[in-house]
Amino acid sequence: MKHSIIEVRDVVTVFGDNLIHDHVSCTVRQNEIYALLGGSGSGKSTLMREMILLERPQSGTIHVLGHDLSSLTPLEAAGLRRSWGVLFQSGALYSSLTVGENIALLYNEYTDLSPKLVDELIQLKINLVGLPPHAKHLYPSQLSGGMVKRAALARALALDPKLLFLDEPTSGLDPLSSRQFDILIEQLRDLLGLTIIMVTHDLDTIHHIVDRFTLLGEKKAIAEGSLEEVLAVDHPIVDYFFQKGSYGITC
Amino acid sequence: MQSVTPASLIITEEASRTRIQCSGAWTIEHLLSVSDQLETLNPRSNILWDLSGISAIDSSGVALWQLMCRTFTQQGYICETIGEGEEHSRLFRLLYSKPPQEAPLPSSLSWLYQLGSETHRTFLGIVNFLSFLGEAFVLLFYTLKHPSLIRYRSIGAHIVETGARALPIIAISSFLIGVVVAYQSVVQLQKFGADIFIVDMIGISLTRELAPLITAIVVAGRSGSAFTAQIGAMKMTQEIDAMKTMGFDPFIFLVWPRVLALMIIMPLLIFFADMVGIFGGMVIAQVHSNLSFAEFINRLQGALTLKHYLIGIIKGPFFAFLIAFVSTYRGFQVSMNTESIGRYTTKSVVNAIFLVIACDAIFSVLLTELKL
Repeated sequence: MKHSIIEVRDVVTVFGDNLIHDHVSCTVRQNEIYALLGGSGSGKSTLMREMILLERPQSGTIHVLGHDLSSLTPLEAAGLRRSWGVLFQSGALYSSLTVGENIALLYNEYTDLSPKLVDELIQLKINLVGLPPHAKHLYPSQLSGGMVKRAALARALALDPKLLFLDEPTSGLDPLSSRQFDILIEQLRDLLGLTIIMVTHDLDTIHHIVDRFTLLGEKKAIAEGSLEEVLAVDHPIVDYFFQKGSYGITC
Repeated sequence: MQSVTPASLIITEEASRTRIQCSGAWTIEHLLSVSDQLETLNPRSNILWDLSGISAIDSSGVALWQLMCRTFTQQGYICETIGEGEEHSRLFRLLYSKPPQEAPLPSSLSWLYQLGSETHRTFLGIVNFLSFLGEAFVLLFYTLKHPSLIRYRSIGAHIVETGARALPIIAISSFLIGVVVAYQSVVQLQKFGADIFIVDMIGISLTRELAPLITAIVVAGRSGSAFTAQIGAMKMTQEIDAMKTMGFDPFIFLVWPRVLALMIIMPLLIFFADMVGIFGGMVIAQVHSNLSFAEFINRLQGALTLKHYLIGIIKGPFFAFLIAFVSTYRGFQVSMNTESIGRYTTKSVVNAIFLVIACDAIFSVLLTELKL
């Protein structure tokens, strides 16, 4: 068995009076595409935000790349933040910078590479995510939705992270672009050896590229595993999500 | 983290070629010395890359190798590579699936063109503002014909927000202006033994000029920017479009309530600023010239004629109109990116303050000519 990259154990999250997670656990293994699935408000985005140090759970532990997130020194946290890339739902490209500058920012802040090499790397990343070369000089407001996602992915990949977090990567894209994006993600996993964690409710994505996933609902992790494993679980939310019995996915 | 040997190079000149032997981890953290070394390398013969010693490589390592290959090729040397690892060639195939293309910077335009387009844009801006005003007035007359459309509740809410909530800051600013004016003039007036004229000085300058101006500037900074940001945010979240589709006209629902509220509240705010400003002057007169409050007020009744006070108050609705219209107009100009909301808020405050001062100057000239 491949060793685990992320381990979430008994996480409890409360916002005000609102219980979000009631002892949620899940495990992400190396080099897999892992999805957090669930309805709106099921806390899947929150769980991801906890993994990337944007929120803190009330109790429970999260280990990422062997570090316990609750007892990180600032230095370890900085190191950890450099070893992952995050693609936010709306891209979150800095709107005052061009796509090229958005990517260059990371190189300029974290490395002392020569401008020529940085330029070459920007070209490579833009090429890698399938953007046309001239996109480098465009501002985020000049890009279409799909291009914003690709540019944000290029930025997330800038420092060659081992871990990639994607927040609803295919939301807002047309079906064709969604599938192309899925294929791109799968290629990156295979060729760069990434481990990818995504929040999604795109069943096609789950069907095509996701290796394992957790289905969140009723504040708990209802089922974890591959599609077959989850479909075997007898739970109303599983039935509801995959529309078992009527139409939708059958194995 | 386990220790990694940083990337290193051994360059040996062989009979007919330069051999670059690479080793260590060619990853982004460990690449710096190698990249410096390669940048300064001036080969005199063909290049042979020996990559067999590389323990780990990522995209920056591949990029450096390719970049240098291209540079050497441009200088007229042939590059050969041996000892590529499996990881290496896989990364290379992924990253250089398409030949790298330089994207030229969009060419910058000539100054004449820029001047022309800037002038055109400024002109368009004025036309747009006028058509905005025009549309607003058409709808004002329409609502006057159908008074049930007037948003009284919204006007009230804006009066509370822009008027009542602004009282503390206006009190502090005008009190301090009163203090400053009194301080500056009392020193000069004492030289002539004309201390008592401080009352005239404060009474007239504050009510006629300073209190309206200070109030307008505070309101422009406080409420004008808020109007732009509120409407801009609504524009960005498509709330304005939603309103239009439901038949709620943005002018009736957003613009006029703000404009009217500000026009109603501004004279009252100026009156309040008058009072507090004069009180500030009174305190200084008491402290510095031993002019008691009773004497001050007694003198004020003679010195401050009604016209000065009224001129100050009359300016209020004019200033309010300018501030509210410019700031709502700028709000509607916000486009779909987050940066523009800040840009237009700044513009709105700058424009509003400029227009207020320009309007005040026109008032001054007109009233002087009218001998008021």
